[in-house]
Amino acid sequence: MIWNQKIETMSRDEMTELQSKRLVETVNHVYNNVPFYRNKMEKIGLLPGDIKGIEDLNKLPFTTKDDLRDNYPFGLFAIPHSDIVRIHASSGTTGKATVVGYSREDLDVWSECVARCFTMAGVTKDDIIQIAYGYGLFTGGLGAHDGATKIGAMVVPMSTGNSKKLTTMMADFGATAIACTPSYLLYLSEVLEQEGLLGSIKLKSAICGAEPWTEKMRLDIEKKLNIKAFDIYGLSEVMGPGVACDCEFHKGLHVCEDHFFPEILDSATLTAQKEGEVGELAFTTLTKKALPLIRYRTKDLTTISYGKCDCGRTSARLGRFKGRVDDMLIIRGVNIFPSQVEAALINVKEVSPHYMMIVDRVNNLDTLEIQVELNTEYLTDEIKGLEAINKKVTHVINQALGISAKIKIVEPNSIKRSEGKAVHVIDNRKFN
Amino acid sequence: MMAKQLSVFIENRQGRLHEVLSVLKKNDVNILSLSLADTTEYGLLRLIVNNPEKGKEKLAEDGFSTMLTDVLVVKIAHKVGSLQVFLDLLSQNSISIEYMYGLSVDGDDAYVVLKASNLDKVAKILVDNGIDTLSDEQLFGICK
Repeated sequence: MIWNQKIETMSRDEMTELQSKRLVETVNHVYNNVPFYRNKMEKIGLLPGDIKGIEDLNKLPFTTKDDLRDNYPFGLFAIPHSDIVRIHASSGTTGKATVVGYSREDLDVWSECVARCFTMAGVTKDDIIQIAYGYGLFTGGLGAHDGATKIGAMVVPMSTGNSKKLTTMMADFGATAIACTPSYLLYLSEVLEQEGLLGSIKLKSAICGAEPWTEKMRLDIEKKLNIKAFDIYGLSEVMGPGVACDCEFHKGLHVCEDHFFPEILDSATLTAQKEGEVGELAFTTLTKKALPLIRYRTKDLTTISYGKCDCGRTSARLGRFKGRVDDMLIIRGVNIFPSQVEAALINVKEVSPHYMMIVDRVNNLDTLEIQVELNTEYLTDEIKGLEAINKKVTHVINQALGISAKIKIVEPNSIKRSEGKAVHVIDNRKFN
Repeated sequence: MMAKQLSVFIENRQGRLHEVLSVLKKNDVNILSLSLADTTEYGLLRLIVNNPEKGKEKLAEDGFSTMLTDVLVVKIAHKVGSLQVFLDLLSQNSISIEYMYGLSVDGDDAYVVLKASNLDKVAKILVDNGIDTLSDEQLFGICK
């Protein structure tokens, strides 16, 4: 099944023409409505008229997460606040959130894209789908919710946090699909097993995303639950989940490229990579009204291919994600930057700012331990004094990251110092 | 009348206690008593030694997190019930004990190392009741 036959099977020439037309509109929109973009273009003597089509995209400057942060919260919005109907936010590099806004049309486009993705995963109006991404500022919950609603499926807005209720309802309702992070789904499969429910569920497909996973993990999920599992990709800055998704042939993630134009860049020169070569993924939004982004650098490393897929779709496909250009970690679906930990620790005088983040996956759930060195001046001769320090650090870290971390106070100078770029993260999870 | 206790923060990893003891041995610091308060991740080693300042300095040179704390080393008769009687006295005076551990020497007397929330008040109670304590100098005398 293809949700939008016309767009998803469009010829390359037609797609380029559509993208070109929309790019010109977008460039005019940002030039006229966002001082940040106008200044950037003026600085290099670029006028909207210079951009006549996709072939001129490389004349435009890049946009980064720092730009979003510097213009926090609403500085890059291109429409009046009265026309914005939704806000989402994700973590930024320094603790300040990255805020994104949507017009009513943007939400329609978003749900259209998610509908295409879920259709790729076989979801139809006859399905009962549990949305087990977090609802709230995170784009996962509401994004998936609206897409599934557009398809007309029976939507069960589970959110996260109550696995027993979820598995019970999965069995009782006869849920046929689920959207959640892949690690959570693996965890759920264990809960189902423990509850003796594995034989009584009707699950057919899972749409998983918001964190990196391997092909092996995907196959494990399929085998354990006897379902089909699909990889969905998105990022809140560009829109949220639904930017791209893989079909039943699992030969790359089909990009909704009539709305988001993908580029793969050589990370050193920032020039275009050839088809199949690994590089940094950048997106230019082609239809977004509230927060259009020009050549937004995602920092995700991947490849792209343009050949027609066996499923009949002609859209560009992204290869498996190879990692990040920066040091961002995705833990339990939440974006975490080591710099957030550093910024939080500065406020706790009892510990030094030397720290090590140890990320692991235990029983398919991500764990985060943060080791921090005790500041000897604040050593106490009582355990309760040390426990108070631990509690204080735990509090500031959890506040800063938005997920709970296990804090371990270690001896001064026990964390390995590195010459050159400091190593703050040991990630023991296996993604390859 | 107070004595100095040497406290050392040590992580729960193999050989760490041994390393502390090696530093003390190398520097001729003699241990009279010790107590180890442990949690799953770290421990606090509390020591009564013949030269706490030197112990602190040498351990710090080797990167250990250390501190000196005032404690009372209280003389208790080496016989059944004497500690109970002593604690009864503290209890009547509403003293909370933070921690306590034994220090035994040859002879008829035993000692307990005591840290309480209000150590000065304890010291006064001891004086008022004619209970002996060991000061640093006396301690050093014991362990020559």
